[in-house]
Amino acid sequence: MNFIDMICSPGVVCQTLVGLSRTVILFIVASGLSLILGVLRIPNVAHGSLYMIGAFMAFTVSSLFGGGTTGFWAAIIIAPLGVALLSLIVERGLFQFLYEREHLMLLLLTFAFSLVFGDVVKMVWGAEYRTVPMPAMFQGSIPVLGLPFPIYNTFLLVVGPLVAIGLWVLTTRTKIGKISRAAAVDREMVGAVGVNVSWVFAITFIIGCLLAGLGGALVAPIVNVTLGMDHTLIMEAFLIVIMGGLGNIWGALLGALIFGLTQSLGILIWPQFGIVIPYATVVIVLFFRPTGLLKSVW
Amino acid sequence: MLTQRKTLVWLIVIGAILVVWPLVMPRFYVYLTALIMTTGLLVTSLNFALGYGGIFQFHHAVFYGVGAYATGLAIVKLGYSAWVAFLFGPIAAAIVSLIIGVICIRLSKLYFGMLQISLGSLVWAIVYRWYTFTGGDDGIHGIAMPDLLGSYSGAYYFTLIITAASMLVMYLMVKSPFGSVLQGIRDNDVRSQAIGVNVRLHQLIALVIAGFFAGVAGVLFVVVDNSIFPDMMFWTLSMEIVIMALLGGWFTFLGPMLGAAVLVGLRTFVSTYTEYWALILGIILMLVIVFLPDGILGYLIRRFKKSYQRPTISE
Repeated sequence: MNFIDMICSPGVVCQTLVGLSRTVILFIVASGLSLILGVLRIPNVAHGSLYMIGAFMAFTVSSLFGGGTTGFWAAIIIAPLGVALLSLIVERGLFQFLYEREHLMLLLLTFAFSLVFGDVVKMVWGAEYRTVPMPAMFQGSIPVLGLPFPIYNTFLLVVGPLVAIGLWVLTTRTKIGKISRAAAVDREMVGAVGVNVSWVFAITFIIGCLLAGLGGALVAPIVNVTLGMDHTLIMEAFLIVIMGGLGNIWGALLGALIFGLTQSLGILIWPQFGIVIPYATVVIVLFFRPTGLLKSVW
Repeated sequence: MLTQRKTLVWLIVIGAILVVWPLVMPRFYVYLTALIMTTGLLVTSLNFALGYGGIFQFHHAVFYGVGAYATGLAIVKLGYSAWVAFLFGPIAAAIVSLIIGVICIRLSKLYFGMLQISLGSLVWAIVYRWYTFTGGDDGIHGIAMPDLLGSYSGAYYFTLIITAASMLVMYLMVKSPFGSVLQGIRDNDVRSQAIGVNVRLHQLIALVIAGFFAGVAGVLFVVVDNSIFPDMMFWTLSMEIVIMALLGGWFTFLGPMLGAAVLVGLRTFVSTYTEYWALILGIILMLVIVFLPDGILGYLIRRFKKSYQRPTISE
């Protein structure tokens, strides 16, 4: 088989689409992380736990509404809001007093939260696997070049760009977005012109965490919702944010794209060591562009 | 001078207790103490880079894992005698540390830590997937030890001697001119550069030394536990040892050992009562960050020593 045929083979096309739907999840979570890193300068290790809590909440909400289509849509809306509420409590209760600490302390503090959240999830939902039922309208698959491609993944491919556009509008076209970007550059100056920076930070933090919850709720129907799903994801999200450029939303998109595609195609090329390929890609990218591909706000 | 003599007396007392420990205590406590010393050595080596070098060494557990795997695999897969294999661990860890260090050292602070985490995750992923050689996610258990270390007290005394020797060497390094320069870089890297210090080279040497002793700790873990597994180099362990350094006092030399003793001991006893160890660890960490940012030893020193000045890491 020559190279062109191999690139265009149905298997590769399908795997690329799977990689793109993975990209959507990674982007949604990583963009929230990037937002918090860019504006608040907090490397939020607890972001992965919020993603996990989002997925578990989606399970609970979905079963409260009796599963099915209603349950699914309710879960997609309520779970991220629940996560946002939790993050509001944490931010107002503790983080707002500690913004001036060193980065290392903030990182460890968020790690402490991820430990606590992990065990709280174990207390509330137990250690078993949970599954969120796929709504009827997304069951089955559509043929792509003769191979089946799940409808739900197609749905994800629609959601991803919508979230990206929403974030773009939020950060560049609304007042709060403009203020938060200004606060990212110089928080004292923004405070000096009469803006309540503390609340700008709180809102940014909540929006970032809401995205983590949304990612968790969206991924819930296609994976086993389980303890420990936060550990790998937070690592991947951090690498994506670093690769893309800290605090840059488009960087998060680019990073998620690279990570998602190398992950899915890597498994196709080299089944045993496929998971090594995205990590190696990050190393290569950072070797040549030490501060990320796009401009970082730091 | 008086405080130094006091510290020396304390160390001799603790040393004497540790020497007679296996003669009077049940087997489990001897094993636990050996585990604490191993972990303590690991945390001290981390602190050499973190507390004294001001380098954000976020994925230190990798070098611990590499040391343990190099020794374990050399014994099990390559058939070397254990005594030769013990040398492989620290050397392999130092080499990996040099490679990762050369790639990361151009970056500063948080970027350094993140790139190091990604490189460390790369090493972890390889170990995790390479079933035929590393045993994959199960790891390798029941690694045969020479007769001298076969008994639990033999393993204990070996750990004690190696830990004490390594700690002494690291202490002398901290007090050497090299250590002073390193602390100068931590306090202000721009000024250090301005007076002609090769900042990157000093940091790189510190990283290799830290990696080497993490490898020694990895070898000791193989001696104490006779097993290797990929969780030894997962990033959550790296975070946990940073917590230990912080809890004990990351600007003090013996703080990390104290932090390791507190947390490893606490984990062992708490786990028999509850499965929610992570919750307790998280709460301890929050309390330490809010109330004891210099750790236990840092707090005590500040309390009893008027002239103490907290070092600051230049951002």
